[in-house]
Amino acid sequence: MAIENVNVKVKINGKERCAKVEPRTLLAHYIRDDLGLTGTHIGCDTSQCGACSVMVDGEVVKSCTVLAVQADGSEITTVEGLGDVNNLHPIQQGFWEKHGLQCGYCTPGVMMAMVGLLKQNPNPSDEEIREGLEGVICRCTGYQFIVEAVKHAAQIMRETEVQLVGEER
Amino acid sequence: MTKVVGARLKRKEDPKLITGNGYFSDDIQLPGMLHAAILRSPHAHAMIKSINVEEALKAPGVVAIYTGKDLEGKIGPVPSSWLVPGCNLKEAPQYPLAIDRVRYVGDGVALVIAEGRYAVRDAMYLIDVEYETLSPAVGQKQSMQNDAPLVHDDIENNIAFHWKAGEIPEEVCENAEVAIRQSFYIQRVAPSPIETRAAIGQYNPGSGELTLWCTSQNPHIHRMVLSGVLEISEAKLRVIAPDMGGGFGGKIGVYPDEALVGYAARDLGRPVKWIEERIEHFTASNYGRDEVLDVELFGKRDGTLSAIRVKNTHNVGAYLSTMGPGVSTIDFGLMVTGCYKIPYASCETFGVYTNTTPTDAYRGAGKPEATYQIERAIDLFAKEIGMDPLELRRKNFVQKEEFPFTNAQGLLYDSGDYEKPLTKALEMFDYNKFRETQKELRKQGKLIGIGFSTYVELCGFGPSKVAGAIGFQGGVWENATVRVHPSGKVTVYSGTSPHGQGHATTFGQVVAEKLGIPMDDIELVFGDTKAISMGWGTYGSRSVAVGGTAVSIATDRVIEKAKKIAAHELEAPVEDLIFEKGIFSVKGAPGFERTFQEIAKSANMAWNLPEGLEPSLEAQSFFDPENFVYPFGTHIAVVEVDKETGQIEIKRYIAVDDVGRVINPLTAEGQVHGGIAQGIGQALWEGTVYNEDGQLLTGTFMDYAMPKARFFPEIETAFTETLSPVNPLGAKGIGETGTTASTPAIMNAVMDALEPYGIKDIEMPLTPEKVWRAISESEGK
Ligand code: FES
Ligand code: FES
Repeated sequence: MAIENVNVKVKINGKERCAKVEPRTLLAHYIRDDLGLTGTHIGCDTSQCGACSVMVDGEVVKSCTVLAVQADGSEITTVEGLGDVNNLHPIQQGFWEKHGLQCGYCTPGVMMAMVGLLKQNPNPSDEEIREGLEGVICRCTGYQFIVEAVKHAAQIMRETEVQLVGEER
Repeated sequence: MTKVVGARLKRKEDPKLITGNGYFSDDIQLPGMLHAAILRSPHAHAMIKSINVEEALKAPGVVAIYTGKDLEGKIGPVPSSWLVPGCNLKEAPQYPLAIDRVRYVGDGVALVIAEGRYAVRDAMYLIDVEYETLSPAVGQKQSMQNDAPLVHDDIENNIAFHWKAGEIPEEVCENAEVAIRQSFYIQRVAPSPIETRAAIGQYNPGSGELTLWCTSQNPHIHRMVLSGVLEISEAKLRVIAPDMGGGFGGKIGVYPDEALVGYAARDLGRPVKWIEERIEHFTASNYGRDEVLDVELFGKRDGTLSAIRVKNTHNVGAYLSTMGPGVSTIDFGLMVTGCYKIPYASCETFGVYTNTTPTDAYRGAGKPEATYQIERAIDLFAKEIGMDPLELRRKNFVQKEEFPFTNAQGLLYDSGDYEKPLTKALEMFDYNKFRETQKELRKQGKLIGIGFSTYVELCGFGPSKVAGAIGFQGGVWENATVRVHPSGKVTVYSGTSPHGQGHATTFGQVVAEKLGIPMDDIELVFGDTKAISMGWGTYGSRSVAVGGTAVSIATDRVIEKAKKIAAHELEAPVEDLIFEKGIFSVKGAPGFERTFQEIAKSANMAWNLPEGLEPSLEAQSFFDPENFVYPFGTHIAVVEVDKETGQIEIKRYIAVDDVGRVINPLTAEGQVHGGIAQGIGQALWEGTVYNEDGQLLTGTFMDYAMPKARFFPEIETAFTETLSPVNPLGAKGIGETGTTASTPAIMNAVMDALEPYGIKDIEMPLTPEKVWRAISESEGK
């Protein structure tokens, strides 16, 4: 009665990757355990905290709530795909510059969610950012510096016309 | 060169965290690693009739299953580490798995080990446990009654301890012109770091070394306690706290779960990983607070306060946790007078066992509760005598020239100037104008209110001698080693173990300033008992005041030795050596210089050292402070209550804190913001709900209301700086101030808003429903 494992193939952070997983494997576990990209975190198991947020085909998705098989064939961006230490994405610059993180556990997911927000609204007000943070929980920062971080990132992006992830490059 | 200490530097720890290169517990993958899951009791109180694991053992991938009976005699109970003396403390043994009786929803019943994350859960649900349910003890007041069910058969009335401190002469209370009596409930809250707890064990059968990675705020305490529980020498037990996704007190405790993982790894000779699920965090991780406070505040009509008498009934849960007994006694009971000069105080605390998850220290531990009751009582008192609450505060403040000040419970406050942050806060906020506006708005039927919280907090644990006297089963000094490499780059080893506070940056700033070297040349190592000889961890806002001081002293020692080497090379007397901005030079002899890097090389090469001086440049400090430190401040909250819905909106929030020397204003502000969010969470949204059967109704983030971004206005912060005399940095402690101050500020504000209805108190959290009910009921009167 064992259910056969299935091959899930994605393009993640620009690279084609695949792994054979149980059909019930969550996208979050697939990314972390099978593809070894551990920047995406799990914090709640019930789709509340947003620590597991990634971008699938340009949409922000809570990867603890999606099966890996559902993402088969899609294009995924995780925190590792935003930028590296020598070439930080504006959102990463914003979080670093404005102290938008403390323990840093929620941060990858929060940054992905905020990339999603900036995609829809490149010049959000404080209030709009706070509303945009509705799907995430950060226990450390009290959110204020996250708001600052997002504003900072938005400004960099407007000034430099940096492209957001998930768009045609 | 600009000053490094006091500079708003961005953090060293961030590049890895923002690029997804953090290394958290669940990121650890070891060859041959097994997964563990703990089957937990669905009942609050029940006898275990039988456990049938046959089916589960047959499930694919299962390697082992242990029950409480299997482990009897193999792992000892996990002890509490704060055995407060003089209170008839009765510690019930907490075995890593329940043996014949479960005592709370979440009590561990069986440990399952299998190949794979999902397989272990499949197997766990195949275990068949037959329970015979018992009536549970829920709620501390009820559980003390004679007819209440007993959590532990031999512990009468479920009283875990009964502690008392302070005497008030009878006539002081009897002759008081005014007496305020009010009962407050500080509800149970879940620390809820976004990363849950975790443990990974790896055993080397050849060397006999057991390595345990775990989410610990104090790995050396984990090592000390677990080496006893698992009967393994400290030298063979290595505890590593990797990157951690927050703690807030929830990761201080040594839990049965970590002992189980260590045991299984050793028993099976294979690595074992256990990652707590969020629901387990709610059922099996220690909670904070849960104290009923019966408060009486006495004084005169003119606002002179004479005495405070408090009874604290503390729900300790089913077992005594690591720090549990100290929270409602020492931490709370000695601080009941707050920042006021109240001549007499007494506190009586009952610790009560119930069939609920244990409670332990949670951000602030006892001090938020102490601050809450006094700050709320002050407001009630002010109202009673018709005085402005701010004036009553000022009238009773300990005055600047009275420090060091011994409070009525015998604590010596190190330094303070309570007017200073208050004045600053009032510069940021026009109080008189607010009162006028409030009058206007009230006429229009709008409910707007202001709340003050002028607080003082005991931080910086803190003299080991005192720790011993108050029954803490450990020292509270701190250890640091500063190691200078031949290149002049530096590694600092610290016994504190941060989980988001940014020690690499703040401690780095202390070292960079002293040595005159770039921040990039300094790395901090923490959280590994093999790398760091000893330490007592991060909690109770002790890191900078105690751990940072150890770093500072060790750095001074390095400089002292380096000076000797430089003097030798420059052929000058040591007394004539000056060390500034990373350069050793000779007084009055320009050009005679050595850089810090040159001396680092000389020290390590040892080709030409002064007679009798050992090679290498490295120094250690074991700093044990003389006293605690006492940060203080003023917080102001302005709220508006919607009388139709009971909804509360925070209009303004001002926080002026005095935490002594601020090493990094950026991270300090971050700490204040985070702390305030947690304190406001306690006031308005968070709260654990057990029903009368002891069932937990708030077991996920779907039903436990965590603070969200849109609930807050922008928080306005400022600092004043009153240095502490008990450490050379002058630092006090900042991690808990926001949590301590904000809960009463918000409550006072809401009560002020509801003044037209004559409402004196509403139990936290102030959900719209409760507020609406209170309004409706009072309207009906
Ligand atoms: S882990 Fe996915 S939302 Fe919390
Ligand atoms: S930074 Fe710790 S949870 Fe957000």
